[in-house]
Amino acid sequence: MKKFGLAVLAASAMAIGAGAAHAGTTLDAIKSRGSLKCGVSTGLAGFSIADSQGKWTGIDVDYCRALATAIFGDASKVEFSPLTAQQRFTALQSGEIDVLSRNTTWTITRDASLGLEFAGVNFYDGQGFLVKKSLGVESAKQLDGATVCIQPGTTTELNLADYFRANNMSFKPFVAETDNVAAEALQAGSCDVYTTDRSGLAATRASQLANPADYVILPEVISKEPLGPVVRRGDDDFFTIAKWTMYALLETEEFGINSKNVDEMAKSTNPGIQRLLGVTDQIGSKVLGVDDKWVYNIIKQVGNYGEMYERDIVPIGLDKRGVNDLWTKGGLMYAPPIR
Amino acid sequence: MAGKTSQSEGASRTVSDVLHNETFRAILAQVILVGAVVLAAWYLVSNTLDNLAARQISTGFGYLTKNAGFEISDKFISVSAANSYGRALLAGLVNTLVVSLISIVLASLFGTIVGISRLSKNWLVAKLALTYVEGVRNIPLLLQLIFWWKVITAIAPQPRDALQILPEVFFSNRGLNFPLMSPDPVWGWVWLGLLVGIIGAVFIWRWANKVQARTGKRPGSIPLYLASIIGVPVLVWLVGGAPTGVDAPVLGRFSLTGGGSVSTALLAMIVGLTFYTSTFIAEIVRSGIQAVSHGQTEAGDALGLSRRQVLRLVVLPQALRVIIPPMTSQYLNITKNSSLGVAIGYQEIASITNTTLNQTGQAIEAIALMMVVYLSVSLTLSLLMNWYNHQIKLVER
Repeated sequence: MKKFGLAVLAASAMAIGAGAAHAGTTLDAIKSRGSLKCGVSTGLAGFSIADSQGKWTGIDVDYCRALATAIFGDASKVEFSPLTAQQRFTALQSGEIDVLSRNTTWTITRDASLGLEFAGVNFYDGQGFLVKKSLGVESAKQLDGATVCIQPGTTTELNLADYFRANNMSFKPFVAETDNVAAEALQAGSCDVYTTDRSGLAATRASQLANPADYVILPEVISKEPLGPVVRRGDDDFFTIAKWTMYALLETEEFGINSKNVDEMAKSTNPGIQRLLGVTDQIGSKVLGVDDKWVYNIIKQVGNYGEMYERDIVPIGLDKRGVNDLWTKGGLMYAPPIR
Repeated sequence: MAGKTSQSEGASRTVSDVLHNETFRAILAQVILVGAVVLAAWYLVSNTLDNLAARQISTGFGYLTKNAGFEISDKFISVSAANSYGRALLAGLVNTLVVSLISIVLASLFGTIVGISRLSKNWLVAKLALTYVEGVRNIPLLLQLIFWWKVITAIAPQPRDALQILPEVFFSNRGLNFPLMSPDPVWGWVWLGLLVGIIGAVFIWRWANKVQARTGKRPGSIPLYLASIIGVPVLVWLVGGAPTGVDAPVLGRFSLTGGGSVSTALLAMIVGLTFYTSTFIAEIVRSGIQAVSHGQTEAGDALGLSRRQVLRLVVLPQALRVIIPPMTSQYLNITKNSSLGVAIGYQEIASITNTTLNQTGQAIEAIALMMVVYLSVSLTLSLLMNWYNHQIKLVER
């Protein structure tokens, strides 16, 4: 019932016109509050998951820390709100959170009709299938008649129906509210297959299933799932900071600047590095409206994109960067010049 | 001059007269109240629309005709990913009605048995019923639903070693699979025949009432009613060529296919709603029976009626008058509580609304539509129960 509450709350907030989010005020609200409110998942290893002490880790969490660092110069000024797939957009629309960094797929409907906009891509993913090895299934084409665990209200739910229709197969959906429930159902045999983004499947297999070796991810990738942070429309300054925070993480990796060598790099005579780290040009204050040392602070406190990947994604079993590598190394990660 | 003064005095007197008129004041107060309510509603709606437009969130009910693109697991009308959101929501509504109706029937039967057991002279039966009522009604329904769902998914066997509880009826952690008659156009006519048979039985009953009132002797008997209810559809079946093909569940690659099936979520919903609501119904039945004065029972005894006859002819008809109004509330509760299906993945209207809301982003329209649907269903149910209540109320001469 929680999400009804949230939706009704959002509806009434909109009806009364509470000024939680008026044009240009998101950034002001964040600054006067003294912290960034970031919506994350209810627990997905590698992306956003809380440990027993309530400390959040993951690549989506790290992005929020980097954004908070750009605004406040302090990576600890973030409050995380765990949200289910169904709650996430309403929470952002209503001003409950400032940024949604929750393995959310960028689609035209979401970008153009929800009053939201995507600030970039922090992980290129694709939808796959996780099955028990004992079923002897080798290809998704053999899944005709299977019961499939899905999370309601996701793009994967729609891709799944498309894929089965396109291949003239039928399936029975088993609706699982969270990743946890889906993993449990797969383990108990209530569903034969679990489908979501392949990174999510890897994370689930590594952290939720008792015997990871008993499960296999099928080779088919049935969709494009570019995952990235989302902000509410109406505050272009905040949107720009959110967008360029993502690019700064990539640009620094390209320049070879990381959390360990950043102090040394700040003394570099390379004009590109000097500009990036705020030694010259004052891009931060003059162009973006944040501290000149914003990139330096982000790298010092959070690290560059490569470090985040190493720290968060590699442990869930995706050690090859693939499309998520820098463009210079054959991947898709490309940042426009920071100058 | 003088005339003018008196004229204006007269006018002001009329105005103050009107202002002090009781009827006028009463009407004025109502007009102001209605005006304020309309104004507030208009303000809320227009402000909402303005804010949505300012935030560039699309509005309107156009999304209902868009392609839904998701599948529904329990379906009692034909629906697929190729249908519209409107159709998907309709399937959700049907799912709500199905689970509510089944639970209402089962909870009424079971609740009545428990309620009568509470009054049993047998100590064990009475205490057992008391324990059941107090135990079950004091645990939140949501927990009970999750409990039943977990029990079924975790403890029931895998489809390949499904329990065969009746011939060709299998129980597994995917739910219940049972055989169905193979599809044949004749079956549609057989159902129609059943309907005709039932209507026929009602007419026989009315005719018997009339004859009894006139002559004091009641014609017809149970075989006559059965002949109407069972005989007509059987006759239709025979005329239609008596098809006997059975579509039984068989083990496929993944699970049991063919025949009919009920998912674990729907099973858990029926079990949870039935047990929970039956405790309240038991209490209503018990209080209804106790509300009938003991003198009535004694009078029945004095007339030489058997215990069963006293219960059926004297006590229950009077108890029903007390029972029906609170029973209506329980039926409404079942319908509304079925929305807890979202928690265990039963795709009723609330669950489908949630998915729709998330896929289209149109929270306000989706929630408003769901509220209208629940209101309509509840009011219809209320209307039916009130009509029934009117039928059985004491006829005063």
